[in-house]
Amino acid sequence: MEVPRPLAAPLAVVPIPLVEGAVKLMFSSLLKRHPALFERLGEHKSKRYAFRPNDLPLVFLVEPALPAISVMRKPADAAADAAVEGPLFLLLALLEGRCDADALFFSRALTVIGDMEAMLALRNALDGCEIDLPRDLGGAAGPFAPLVSRTAAAIRRRALAGETVAWN
Amino acid sequence: MELICPAGTPTAFREAVDAGADAVYCGFRDETNARNFPGLNFSREELGDAISYARRKGTQTFIALNTFMRAGHESLWYEAAADAVRLGADALILADFGLMAHVAEAYPEQRLHVSVQASASNPDAVSFLVDAFGARRVVLPRTLTISDIARLARQIRCEIEVFVFGGLCVMAEGRCSLSSYATGKSPNMNGVCSPASHVRYRQDGGDLVSELGSYTINRFPRDEAAGYPTLCKGRFDIADASGYAFEDPVSLDVMDQIDALREAGVSALKIEGRQRGKAYVAEVVSTLRKALDARPEHRQALLARLRLLSEGQRTTSGAYEKRWR
Repeated sequence: MEVPRPLAAPLAVVPIPLVEGAVKLMFSSLLKRHPALFERLGEHKSKRYAFRPNDLPLVFLVEPALPAISVMRKPADAAADAAVEGPLFLLLALLEGRCDADALFFSRALTVIGDMEAMLALRNALDGCEIDLPRDLGGAAGPFAPLVSRTAAAIRRRALAGETVAWN
Repeated sequence: MELICPAGTPTAFREAVDAGADAVYCGFRDETNARNFPGLNFSREELGDAISYARRKGTQTFIALNTFMRAGHESLWYEAAADAVRLGADALILADFGLMAHVAEAYPEQRLHVSVQASASNPDAVSFLVDAFGARRVVLPRTLTISDIARLARQIRCEIEVFVFGGLCVMAEGRCSLSSYATGKSPNMNGVCSPASHVRYRQDGGDLVSELGSYTINRFPRDEAAGYPTLCKGRFDIADASGYAFEDPVSLDVMDQIDALREAGVSALKIEGRQRGKAYVAEVVSTLRKALDARPEHRQALLARLRLLSEGQRTTSGAYEKRWR
């Protein structure tokens, strides 16, 4: 499933610092919950990874060595060593290891360019973690945790319902 | 028959155990195993924890030390064997005769399996490994028909394990030099076939072009399912024809031959895919577990879904039902 256009379109005009602030908050919450997330990267920890959701007007650049995440608006491109492009929900499913990356690649749902070894290392590092976005991000929502987790889980269920390569 | 399942990370390992594996095979994070990919495999501590987890659930752990030792650097493999034994591996999967000799001498009680990388596929070869090193099981190369396997089983004194699902290597494993030819690195010596460091993908219009080293491997039109960038799955121009010279980008699936394999004398069915993610492991292991326990007429329906997880989104029975010479 792709992000519905009425939801994606406003991101073309929302100020980048606003989007980036929210994304950074989620990123740091994720790292707090999974401090060993980038350990498996080894020498590839110093590389820069771009995520290009093809249903959003944004590009996300992750730099594990810092660690940091930044957001850019398309068509400006991130100076990344490796980049992966696909629908946002599939990229998030990959983050959780909920979809098989090779199967998505075979099906052409994902495109990978640049340093393949670095991207493979990142895929394996993410797959080795037990990231659960609704649970992990909900944990940072204080008293709203149950509501955030439930809502995020419902969105995920719906987004991945039609994906034949998704797992439970 | 046992179901032998792959794991490249501790989370995939737990998924395999929970999904019904009888045994999980895995390796250390170095060149001692034939899936030495970045970010993959286990530290000593992780493997110790994994083995404890498997034991609690009644699942065995096999540790693959199935590359060939480099002269002068044998200690890397010897230390890996010592650690695998110390951590409580139920079996070591070995390819190098020198390492088999070392394990047989140093750890005579340790169960030893012959890796597919040893390419032992006839009674003389298997019997030598049984007699010389006490091998208890041989993993057969994917080059034999089911009749070949049945004939072999009658002439050897160890268990037989065969690949039934996953990536299909069409060469005699352990002897293939295509990756070395293109990149200087091989699964046999470095644990990597067509290493990611030498792979490049680029978009050319709607086509996806895959390159390995300085070779263009394939060009996939917009709506065609893609495959791995290995030379054996490459599309070649030969005379006036253009096509796959060695093998199409497809995966192995002979789960519809379970009963024939059992009758042929096979003890264990192996799933390829330590390099695949936990989602793949969970899905494939649980489905094959169900298929193994299901009546024959119900198996196809269970297995159909797995095709989408396969290379090229197609499967083949490969040499098991060889119709060519």
